[in-house]
This record gives sequence, structure tokens and C-alpha cells, in this order.
Amino acid sequence: MSGETGNKATGPGSGSKPVSPRLSVVGAATDAAQWAMIALLLSVPLLAWRTIDTPTALDLVSRWPVVAEAVAIVFVGRLAMLLAVLTPERSVETRELIGPHAIGAAFCGIALVGLFVASGWLAGFEIVGWWRFRLLLLSWLLLLIVFQRTSIGLLFAWLAKWSAGTKLTAYLPWVGLGALAVFPALPVADRYTLDLAVMVLTYVMLGWGLNIVVGLAGLLDLGYVAFYAVGAYSYALLAQNFGLSFWICLPLAGILAAFWGVLLGFPVLRLRGDYLAIVTLAFGEIIRIVLLNWQSLTGGPNGISGIPRPSFFGLVFEPTCGPGSFCGFFGIEHSSLHRIMWLYYIILVLALFTAWVTTRVRRLPVGRAWEALREDEIACRALGLNTTLVKLSAFAMGAMFGGFAGSFFATKQGFISPESFTFMESATILAMVVMGGMGSQIGVAIAALVMVGGIELFRELELYRMLVFGLVMVVMMIWRPRGFVGSRTPTIMRERGATVSAGNVKEGHG
Amino acid sequence: MTSAPILEVANLTMRFGGLTAVDDVSFAARRGEITALIGPNGAGKTTVFNCITGFYKASGGSIVAARQDGRRFDLHRMADFRITANAGVARTFQNIRLFSGMTCLENLMVAQHNVLMKASGYSVIGLLGLPSWHKAQAAAVDRAMSWLDMVRLSDRADAAAGELSYGDQRRLEIARAMCTGPELLCLDEPAAGLNPRESSELNVLLQAIKREHVVSILLIEHDMGVVMGVSDHIVVLDYGKRIAAGTPDEVRADPTVIAAYLGVEDEEVARVEQEILQ
Repeated sequence: MSGETGNKATGPGSGSKPVSPRLSVVGAATDAAQWAMIALLLSVPLLAWRTIDTPTALDLVSRWPVVAEAVAIVFVGRLAMLLAVLTPERSVETRELIGPHAIGAAFCGIALVGLFVASGWLAGFEIVGWWRFRLLLLSWLLLLIVFQRTSIGLLFAWLAKWSAGTKLTAYLPWVGLGALAVFPALPVADRYTLDLAVMVLTYVMLGWGLNIVVGLAGLLDLGYVAFYAVGAYSYALLAQNFGLSFWICLPLAGILAAFWGVLLGFPVLRLRGDYLAIVTLAFGEIIRIVLLNWQSLTGGPNGISGIPRPSFFGLVFEPTCGPGSFCGFFGIEHSSLHRIMWLYYIILVLALFTAWVTTRVRRLPVGRAWEALREDEIACRALGLNTTLVKLSAFAMGAMFGGFAGSFFATKQGFISPESFTFMESATILAMVVMGGMGSQIGVAIAALVMVGGIELFRELELYRMLVFGLVMVVMMIWRPRGFVGSRTPTIMRERGATVSAGNVKEGHG
Repeated sequence: MTSAPILEVANLTMRFGGLTAVDDVSFAARRGEITALIGPNGAGKTTVFNCITGFYKASGGSIVAARQDGRRFDLHRMADFRITANAGVARTFQNIRLFSGMTCLENLMVAQHNVLMKASGYSVIGLLGLPSWHKAQAAAVDRAMSWLDMVRLSDRADAAAGELSYGDQRRLEIARAMCTGPELLCLDEPAAGLNPRESSELNVLLQAIKREHVVSILLIEHDMGVVMGVSDHIVVLDYGKRIAAGTPDEVRADPTVIAAYLGVEDEEVARVEQEILQ
């Protein structure tokens, strides 16, 4: 995050290779051939050979047709992109002719419909194996091209213009909240969907917690998962050893995590940028390795199992429906869904609490000090701000929400082990914050949804979904380098609706 | 009539390894006056400044600030942020250091952090949204707006500080420093990069601050129009040493100052040339 502030607000499309305005067919073909060459270089090691288990040995099977196909797709796709309607010159003309909003919206609409149809095919026709992958790749390619040539920004501008007339934007948060509240009661909410929703919300909460440290205070923390782990183990150990209930352990876990946040904060007070990142990374690993090796307390790699589940105001979820159980008290049939619904509401409330506190704190002096710290630490000191306290408070607050999320995770799973708290988790949460737009709550929520929920959509692609994931990341960094929501809302304003454009906002230097 | 000094610098020395950037400098800034620190490039002005405001720890000597209520602070022993928070000394920077991603109003609100932090009960009262917090916040906004008025930026209150023109940024930085409620305002080249009209406006602003807000000013400046126009007292540094001090008229006439700025006098040059030729 030590990047300079020189990122000019890169408009959609401006990141792509400039294509000469008057493009000849030969020029286009040459360009497409170059792309095909790159595709060849990439696809030979990736696609050309496949190992197959035979009863006697491991066999190597060549798949040159697949390579040829990939290269051909790239060549034709690129050529089509250059020659068809989408040349920059022509698209500018069209935009002027029809008006930017309409065409932007139209293209995005086409792209979305395309994606919808593609995924419908995939789901409906049980297309398996390579074809499924090809189709997905194609739909993504389509999306890519369309987003490059029209701007998403135009769609947003059009949406904003349209919704400004109606009172829609004012109601939107309430509509969203209502939807979230009734979601478990909807027919779509089967066990799988509810589980997924709980997972997404957990990540949203983690993202919001890390957003305080990275997005607001500008301190790059690569070991955030440590606080998640502290929260989870705090609850597991307190509940098992002292028999405390979830609702008593929750604040305790938060306090313990905050304490560890401060403890991490002290040694890294003087560090900035890359150095801070390395030390926080190491801290995350230290916690994990301690959990792995302190067998007598944490159970080491075996983890802790049989962690108590939360009760519904004292009513337990159990299939016997005896007295003091949820189904027995309400006189309804037992369903394993009840417990998951209850978990869903717990994490929903926890996540909303995180958002509420963060939003409020951002408008308090301490929150403003965090953002000032991200903008310029030296100026902060010149204004009499104790930057030590500012940094420690950011670490503590971020860690606290991580701790809450951790104890929720422990009670949800009923089993925790150090395996759940690897660096990959930290990286995922950080990626959400960066993708969402640092400091933006709604952006982080969208990013969490895309990264956890979206990746889930591609589950059947198995390992290839990482390819899709990588593609999304690259596309994001090219077209929206500041994340989904790059602009910043001031914490106090004279007139409603003031924003600060992404170009002015700094990312912090650690 | 000479008032008591607000800042006394005695035998200040600052070494960076083998280089002595400031060498045994002593001077005083009097309450209610504008004191200017001038000298050619590399004379050690900014180093003195950084020592006063705590960004450097002086190698030797003492810096004492006196507040209106009689409290005295040894600045050379204090952490930089405490100098602003407790001793009432605020500063600006040669290369402007605004919070560019925050609005003008927010910049001035951050400057009132310590007051607001107390008012928000270290975030507890603020989080609960009690009336006392809202009142304190409204007062802080009023104060910020009055300073924005003072530097003629009230219509840009919601604009990002990074969007302002250079001259506006300079004025905003002064307003921000004033929002910390200082008794001594230290300005590091406030007129750098300003055009003649803007720098004469700066003169007016500095005079107004001094007059209306009972604030003493210490400034480093290259723009002699500003220095001679506003200063009550001038201290001249060259190669880390104090070579002259006095009123603008005295300093202007001082031969050592002229020598420092313009080189040695012609006769001497002629004599050296003669020696070389022989």
C-alpha cells in the first residue's frame, strides 16, 4: 500500500492498450496474432498435457486440440473486438449519437443478460466438463469486452440520475435491511443458501473490521486473521473451561482480541508500509503456530471440538423437543434449519452492529483522526494528535470486531483448529477491503458478496475457479483500481451529497 | 514598549553526524509580535523550526515557551504533538501538508481533535450521541467556518483540500494551524509559490491574525516583501549561525546581512582577484 497517490482516476477503458484510431485489417490481424501467440505460450503448459491415473502407472495424455481451440478463441475474439462495432473511434461516435447513458446501460444490460443466459445453460442443461468451462470463459470474455468499451461508470451515472428523480436512494438502505431480515423466511433459503449467507455475512463483518485498520487508518495489516483466531479460541476455551454462555463470552472475546490488537500495535508503531505489512504478517503466523503447538491448552492440530452452540434466549436447539428446547417451547416440529436461521440473525446483528459503530465512530474525532493519519501522519502530529493512541485505537477496534467474528465462527462450527486461521484468510479479507474500495463500507460488503458468494457459484469448476477469481481481480485492478467505491463521503458536510473523488484520497503508507 | 518573550531560544545547536546545521543560535520572539527568521538557502532556518516544533531533538541548548497563563514549557524536552497540544505552538509546512482527501471543513475539524476528543468523552458520549457532544461539535464547526471565512474559503468548505489551488491550500493550512488554538504560530515559508497579489493578501491575513487573535507569529520567509512588510523583529541566520537581529530597518542596513545575501562587497572581491593575478 506504499503506492503513491499518483493514481489518476483511471476511467474505465483507459487502462487498456491504446489502439490506433485508424486501424487497418492487416494491423488488426497482426495484433490478434500477437495475442494468439501469448495465448499459445500460456496454454501449452496449462492445457497441453494431462496426467491420467491408470491401474499400473501415471499416463500422460496430450490435448493439442484444446490448445488449438484456446488460441483460436483468442485470435478470433481479439480480431472481432478490433474490427466489429467496438473500435474506439466508432464507439465514441455512437455514444455521441445515441447518448452515453442509454448506450452504457444497453451494453451493460446485454452483458448481464448474456451472463444470465450462460449460467442458466450451465445449471439447466447439466453441461459438464470442458464445455461448461468454455462457456463460462466466453461469458466472462463478453463481459470483459463490454465493460471495456462502455463504462460501468456511465451505467452508474444513469442509475444515479434516474434514481435522483425518485426517492429510491433514500429508501434503498431500508429495503436492503428488510430483505436481509426476511431472507431466512423466503423459499429460496434452503440449508445451503442459508449456510452461504452466514458465511458471506461473517466475511462482511471481518471485512468491515479490517476496513477500520486498512481503509480508514491506512495501516496495512496482513495478520488480521490472528484476531479472528484469538476471538474463536477465547470463546471456545472460556465456554469449555468455565461453562460461560455465548453472550457473555462474546464481549470477552472482543476485549481479548482488542488487547492483542494493542499488543501487536506497540511494536509496529514506528513501522510503515512494507515493514508494517511484514511484521503484521509474522504476527498472524506466530499466533497460528502458538495455537498449533500449545497442545495442553489448544489441543494443537486436533483443535477444539464440542464447542457449545448458542441457545435461543436459553432455549436449546435439539431434535428431542424436550422442555427447554426451541421446538418444545414453541410447539413446532424440529428442523435443523432453525439453528442456522438463528445463527444467521446473530451474525446479521453482529455485522450491522459493526457497521453502525464504524459509521458513527468515523464521524467522531477518533475516526477523523484515523483518516487524517492515513492522509498524513506528520501533519497529524503537528496538529497535536497523539498518533500512538490513534494507531493503537485503530488496531484495537479492528481487532475487536475480528474477535467478535471469531467467536461467532467458533460457535457456528462447533469445532476449531489452527487450519482455519491461515494466511490465506488474511489475504482474502484484505482483498475484500481493497476490492471494495478502501474505507467504503458498502464497497467492502459487495466485495465480500462477490468473493465468497460469487466464487461459490463456480464451485463445480473446482480448481479452475481460482482462474476466474484471478481474472476478476485483474479486471478490477485495471478498470477500478480504487475498488468498487473509490470515492469518499466526508464525515461532516455543509451541503448534503458532497463526495471526495478517489484521486485525492490517499491510501496510507502503512 | 517591549512585551515579555513568548519563545526563548538559547544556545540552540543541532548536529547531523558531522554537519552542524545550527550552531549556538539564541533569539527570542516577543508576545504579540511577528518575528521573522531569514537567511540564504541552507542557513538552517527550517532546522531551527523543526527543533522548536519538536520534529527534531536539539543536540544542545534550550527552547522555552511561555503561555499567557504563566506556564512555561521546555520545548526541547517535549514530544512534537504535545508541543502543539500543551504548549500552544502550531506550525505549517514548507511543502504543504494538508489532508488532501478530506474536505476543508474536515481538515479544520481534525485540528480541533483534542478539544473534541474530550467533548466526545473519548468517544463514549459521542457514540451515544448525547446532546453535550452535539453542542461541542456544532461549536467546533462554527469555529472552523469562521476560520474558513477568514481565509475566504467558506464556499469551498465541502471541497477536498487536494482540489484547492496552491494559494488556497497555503491559506487553508494557516487556518488549520490556527484551529488548534495556538499562542505562537510558526509558519514555514507561507509565501512560497504565491504570486505578488496573493503574497500581499497574506500580509493582510497575518496582520489580522496577530491583531484579532492575540497570536504571536514566527515565520521563515524568502519573500522580502512579506518579511519587511509584516515583521516586527527579524533574526538572520547564515551557515547555522545568527549573524544579525533587529527591526526590519536595522537588518536591511546591516552589512553582514548584505554580505550573506549578496556575497562580499566589491572592493574585497577586487582585492582577492588582484591577489590571484599576482
